[in-house]
Amino acid sequence: MALNRKIAYIDLSSGKVETKPISMEMRKKYLGGRGLDAYLLYNNTKAGVDPLGPDNVCLVSAGILVGTLASATARTHIAGKSPLTGYFGSTNMGGFFAPEMRWAGFDHLVIRGKAEKPVYLWIHNGEIEIRDAKDIWGKGVRDTQSIIREEMGDREIKVMTIGIAGENLVRYANVMTEIKNSGGRTGMGALLGSKNLKAIAVRGTLDIKIEHPVEALEYNKQIISQITSAKVSQEQGRLGTLFIWGATNSQGLVRTRNFQLNQMEDSDGIEPETFEDSAFGMTGCFGCQVHCRAKYIIPDGDYKGTYDEGPEYTSIGAFAAEPGCTDLTTILTGNHLVNDYGMDTLEIGSMIAWAMELYEKGILTDKDTDGLDLSFGNEKAVIEMIHRIAHREGLGDILAEGPLRAAEKIGKDSIRYQVHVKGMSNLHSDERPTPALALGIATASRGSDHLRSRPAIDLYHLPEAVLRQIYSQPVAYEGPLTSDYTDYEGKSWQVFWQEMCYMAVDCLGICKYHTIFLGPNFPNFEEWSKLLYYNTGLELTPLEIWTIAERTNDLERMFNLREGLARSDDWLVDAYFDEPTKLGIPLIRDRVIDRDKFKQMIDEFYAFHGWDEQGKLKPETLKRLGLDKEPSHLL
Amino acid sequence: MRKMLVTDYEKCTGCRLCELVCSVKHEGVSNPARSRINVTKWETKGIMVPMVCSQCEDAPCMAVCPTNARIRESELGTVTVNYDRCIGCKTCVVACPFGAINFDPIDHKVISCDLCEGDPQCARFCETGAIRYAEASDANKMRQREAAEKLYESLQKLDGAGVS
Repeated sequence: MALNRKIAYIDLSSGKVETKPISMEMRKKYLGGRGLDAYLLYNNTKAGVDPLGPDNVCLVSAGILVGTLASATARTHIAGKSPLTGYFGSTNMGGFFAPEMRWAGFDHLVIRGKAEKPVYLWIHNGEIEIRDAKDIWGKGVRDTQSIIREEMGDREIKVMTIGIAGENLVRYANVMTEIKNSGGRTGMGALLGSKNLKAIAVRGTLDIKIEHPVEALEYNKQIISQITSAKVSQEQGRLGTLFIWGATNSQGLVRTRNFQLNQMEDSDGIEPETFEDSAFGMTGCFGCQVHCRAKYIIPDGDYKGTYDEGPEYTSIGAFAAEPGCTDLTTILTGNHLVNDYGMDTLEIGSMIAWAMELYEKGILTDKDTDGLDLSFGNEKAVIEMIHRIAHREGLGDILAEGPLRAAEKIGKDSIRYQVHVKGMSNLHSDERPTPALALGIATASRGSDHLRSRPAIDLYHLPEAVLRQIYSQPVAYEGPLTSDYTDYEGKSWQVFWQEMCYMAVDCLGICKYHTIFLGPNFPNFEEWSKLLYYNTGLELTPLEIWTIAERTNDLERMFNLREGLARSDDWLVDAYFDEPTKLGIPLIRDRVIDRDKFKQMIDEFYAFHGWDEQGKLKPETLKRLGLDKEPSHLL
Repeated sequence: MRKMLVTDYEKCTGCRLCELVCSVKHEGVSNPARSRINVTKWETKGIMVPMVCSQCEDAPCMAVCPTNARIRESELGTVTVNYDRCIGCKTCVVACPFGAINFDPIDHKVISCDLCEGDPQCARFCETGAIRYAEASDANKMRQREAAEKLYESLQKLDGAGVS
């Protein structure tokens, strides 16, 4: 059955591997994926552990529904203390790795220590072997996978790997699988690199028993229709996440030139539709009928003829809007390079745009850039900086350190131009007109993030009755809700609700595009309860799943508090409060976040969580969620 | 009339839902190793091709089977296995020119597509149309129409360029 997958403890220092079952009690408390990872991280690290030292752990996991019939059950979660932020490190990627890991018999890997020389893990039908990585160290993401497959003589092997950026401990290095599936946030690639762990290769042919196969098939069909009949999914399936960029840029909700503007005006040459000429069909993750990734060939330039997938919302943000470039090839090339080096598109785009503003302001000079003209709009400089950061050359070595460390090294008031929360760069969107979205990035457990609690449907101006239907299940909510996205009323509840929603699917291993992220009618706690039952036999009510999400979110909070997080870290950079938006539709122009109202939103958000004014869990909350004995070392 | 699974690699996104629903339908488990259909991929080129039994009219698997265990079901025209006769020699696995016969690693038996008794789940779940269940005599019609459309478009371009 789907619940009999094991957890493996792998010590790279000693070479010891130990496997254990996961008890039903732990499943009912944490499900799997990101949920159980929160437990494992809290229980397997000590306060203040060095993120790049041998005592940090690297957790790799599959959600409890991965590989089953639940519409898109592909997600791999990777966690550890973040080398970028020093807080909860966590990233989530699609593709085919997590299902293969389950067919190979494992749900969770806890990797400790540090190998003497570069190694990779080979996992096959219940067996785990530590192998020499001399043939793949120094290789790009794509070659690494090909070499492992060739050496093992099996093309079906799935590999997650770091690229050269991870080897060089770029603090926002990715973990990657296949061409472009990226575990891209919080620098988990650097975590693998610090352990001399180049890759994990898996192959499995073990059954995952589906408890009620007939019902699971029929219900999955229904869920797929629920998702793919929505216009938003069809647009995703045609243009990928680019369509979100187009839709939000037209309003004026896109961060441009390092937050100097909130709309890219000269975007005609890079609107989502223009990518269709370079693309030749779509691809997708395991089991997914939305297929949101375009397959493309770079049309010209140094990488002409190279195949890659995407680009995404963030690719336009990173290689066009933020650095002020308007060239399609730069976006497609930039996307290809970060995929093969294994770096976070979002973070690198922000770092380069930040450096460009510093260059504009004279804080960085030609001497700092080794003669490279870092003016906004210089496409060649963007591509050159990607190489320099991955290889840690010159200024690239400083930018590879992430927002706070780089600002400290450069000094001279450079921090003033950073757009980050908790030391992680913000998405290339502009949240000044949208308090709900601003609250989400300010309070997200892994630092600035749009996939932890963003109520994206707030942008649709949905009628209050529809909002009420969504946001008062599975727990009652009778407070205010408003369809105006510039309002503050009731938004803290929406953010709180979405935080539970996204945590739930991160525990299940389902993609967020199959939840109430973009589609108001998409599957919800009610549907997940049925999917769990049909596929695994586990009987949990929607409310019980909600409570698991509360517990796991709070455990992530406890980890962050233990690492020194304070209320002042749940905040935005000053520009959000002091510099009004200049462009966009009338509703969006001249907007800032109101400090007092924002503070009140945070108070409300804490209260919903059962946290005190300082953002710490109240004793009764600890007790209610069964967290009062953590760390309990049960697994 | 015979119906068949018509595959179109240009529409395949490589999601492998077909493999999942096939193994659940036939074995009650999620396990692509036990699926009757497989998606063959060249990841670094973006090529994905669903491969499945064609229910050949002159089937090599039937011809090579030493125990006559490969048999044609009269109703749907599928080539299936009589497991009472099958000795598991796997000659059919090797003989199939499409590699469309699998050997189940758990039950140790040869498996191939049986069209799910006339309601193939792979086609039912494939929303892109990469796998369709269609009359064999009409199987080419969609491709024919698409090819005609491309031809028409190129002719129009020629017209526009003032060539014709």
